[in-house]
Amino acid sequence: MAPNNQRVVITGMGWVTPLGTDINDTWAKLTSAQSAIAPVTRFDASTCATNFAAEVKDFTLADHLGDRADAHRHAGVGTQFALAAANAAWKMAGLDTTPPNLKRTGIYLGAGEGVLDYPPYMAANIAGWNHETRKLDSVAWIAKAYEGMQPIAEVEQEPQLASTHIAAELGTMGPTLNCMTACAASTQAIGEAFEIIRRGDADIMLAGGCHSMIHPLGMTGFMRLTAMSTRRDDPQTASRPFDNTRDGFVMGEGAGIIILESLESAKARGANILAEVAGFGSTADAYRITDIHPDGKGGAGAMAGALKQAGIDPNATDADGRPLVHYISAHGTGTQENDKTESNGVRSVFGELAPKVPFSSVKSMMGHLIQAAGAVELMTCIQAIQTGILPPTANLNDLDPACGLDHVPNEARDMNAIGGVEVCLSNSFGFGGQNDTICVRKYTN
Amino acid sequence: MRSRVVITGLGPVCSSGVGIDQFWDAVLEGRSSLTKIEAFDASGYRPKLAGEVREVRIRDFVPKAYRKATKVMARDTELAVIAAKLAALDAGLITRGSDDTESGFEIKSERTGCQIGAGLIAADTEELSRAVVSAEDDNGEFSMKKWGTQGNGDSGMNNLPPLWLLKYLPNMLACHVTIIHGLEGPSNTIMGAEASAILSIGESTRVIERGSADMCFTGGAESRLNPLGLLRWDYSGRLADTGDATDGSTITKPYDPESKGGIIGEAGGMLVIENEQHAQDRNASIYATIAGFGAAQSPPPMFLDVIEREHLKSEPLDRGLEAAIESALNDAKITPAEINLIIPLGLGVPELDTLEMGTLQAVFADRLDSIPLVTIANLVGNTMAGHGGLMAATAAKCLQTQQVPGQAHSKPIEYALVCSGSLGGQTGALVLARYPSNSE
Repeated sequence: MAPNNQRVVITGMGWVTPLGTDINDTWAKLTSAQSAIAPVTRFDASTCATNFAAEVKDFTLADHLGDRADAHRHAGVGTQFALAAANAAWKMAGLDTTPPNLKRTGIYLGAGEGVLDYPPYMAANIAGWNHETRKLDSVAWIAKAYEGMQPIAEVEQEPQLASTHIAAELGTMGPTLNCMTACAASTQAIGEAFEIIRRGDADIMLAGGCHSMIHPLGMTGFMRLTAMSTRRDDPQTASRPFDNTRDGFVMGEGAGIIILESLESAKARGANILAEVAGFGSTADAYRITDIHPDGKGGAGAMAGALKQAGIDPNATDADGRPLVHYISAHGTGTQENDKTESNGVRSVFGELAPKVPFSSVKSMMGHLIQAAGAVELMTCIQAIQTGILPPTANLNDLDPACGLDHVPNEARDMNAIGGVEVCLSNSFGFGGQNDTICVRKYTN
Repeated sequence: MRSRVVITGLGPVCSSGVGIDQFWDAVLEGRSSLTKIEAFDASGYRPKLAGEVREVRIRDFVPKAYRKATKVMARDTELAVIAAKLAALDAGLITRGSDDTESGFEIKSERTGCQIGAGLIAADTEELSRAVVSAEDDNGEFSMKKWGTQGNGDSGMNNLPPLWLLKYLPNMLACHVTIIHGLEGPSNTIMGAEASAILSIGESTRVIERGSADMCFTGGAESRLNPLGLLRWDYSGRLADTGDATDGSTITKPYDPESKGGIIGEAGGMLVIENEQHAQDRNASIYATIAGFGAAQSPPPMFLDVIEREHLKSEPLDRGLEAAIESALNDAKITPAEINLIIPLGLGVPELDTLEMGTLQAVFADRLDSIPLVTIANLVGNTMAGHGGLMAATAAKCLQTQQVPGQAHSKPIEYALVCSGSLGGQTGALVLARYPSNSE
């Protein structure tokens, strides 16, 4: 076993987002506050209270994998997003030209469940209902199900199949795990993968997540919870994190995969290092299944944990009086509750410095990618470190005083004049009180 | 130096019993409990038998104030909650949700984590069908237009309860357990079919080793005894057509080429594990040490037609299980020669059993014949995400009592290997060690 406490760096990344799949093009859209939100085209959502979402458009796996796409033709849409993102990350890290020890290369995803096979599934649900007894007739249900539902379509919905496909595509044989911790999943996956390398159980981990809930029952679940915006008359501006007029989140979809690598392995391969993972914090609210603890202590605990591991004092400043954390990528869903409690959490961690730490939510533009959100948002932090530019929160015109912090409303902020961006936090909080934060920093030898 | 992690609580709930004493009795006797499914009418399915948990009421395992919340628990969550309570009691813990022991140890919330292996949870078919038929169009098909609520009065999705989604999120197992017991440390939900609980126990071990928690509730739970869940598992190719049989033990036979296939089961298999020093300081009774953990990846067995890559076809399908076992042995700093007991999956699916046996032969060579193999899928069914918890509990009891099921007089058992492949090719292995070890 390799020695413990490896430094862990990021050497590649790839994403599939509602704003695009190319890193630089997508970043250009994010830093110019473009919205990917529009009426749903995937199914007829015309009578839904929320009839809009941020869909990934014009995606074909063959554009990313070429002839190899055919081998994955049964894969669900989320898995296909993940395959494209993993392939891009693998190439960016140069792993196609300097191949790693595949036995020491693993995968940790926060991949969501696949999309249901609607026509035959719904046909079984209709056939199974006995209108006289007002009960389910499971014999009628299974007769119809065996007739129409296909084994491969069902197996591919198992969430761990995304990592199975990626392992098969790239040939990795190391530790392979999938976590489902709701909206925190891909942040958690990256954090846990970071720990796997740090302790020496692998040299390289592909980590991130993928998810699509833009389908009838996926959207239904959140509509019943009244967690999504119902701004049918103006979908483009419906995602309004921290704004007084916010009325819920907007559903997105996609995948984000990064390559985590021990510094030793990255140096040995001569890989280009994008950033270093400095810390991971993870807590459980243990409060309620529906609500976040109002003082935001679970989120605060995750941020504090990540900073502690990174050795960064949230109450300290540099010689110029600048806080040591240069940007926080907010979970920032645009629900009343999240945005308030997350702001409380930031204030409790950073105290008097809280109003000086820039804070924004890209969910305002690309919606909430659910289990893929954390990974994609961490990648925006890496882009911020690389470019010195902070992405804005779009549609933030009337700040909720309960969320008062150093927001980046509507326009990207260029930090290069004051020394760029070196340390970022990325927050993800999930239903059920799962809180995860990752701290990334600029890599210096 | 990393801290050593020990097992101090076992909480199995499965068809053979509730709690470690009932479960262990059934394992020692080799008593199978694979009978006709009663959870719903499964007479139209190919698999009609299961290891089913009966006569257990969730309300008896949660604090009174929490009974209302049991309405939003899927069966998987119920089993996790029951198993967690059993494990807490067995470990002598006092928590927010378990204060039945007078002399117990009061846990520290922020220093206690929770990692639970879970499966894909199917929506309640009856509840969904009732709603779906309210959105049927003139052709008898589901109409999305009628499902939406705009201008449709009370039909469609409004027939589902507001919290409908929350019943089916896989992290609700850990969510309810952390709320009930007040566990505020690191938490996770790991999904890797049969390997889920082993991977969770391994990850919990690492959380404690790195000092992020003193103790963890860990393991897994799953139930697919519902219309969609059973269909999906049937479609995985791992279940026998049970025909008219009424006793599953006549159908499923581990490592027997004549075995007709696997039988499904439902279970919760939760453990309490903790830092050795922490356990000693509170005078806990210790079952065993978690000495090693390894994880790896195989091409997905039986699903090569899903992913048709040429390079996979030339590789041994069981390489991932072998790699996981090797990592776990390395982590425990022992050689295969030091393993005295193996708890493998042994699902009774000939194709999978052959692969598994091939792996064990590759690792243990000629010694394999002299190492007892104990399987539990033939007793309680393949309980998927719960299975690793039951396997680890079996290993822990063997190490603690120095008894091996089916053997009147066994040699001393110092190290037990618990290992599993899975539907998606994820593999995990644990090495458990006798406590205290012979050299101590």
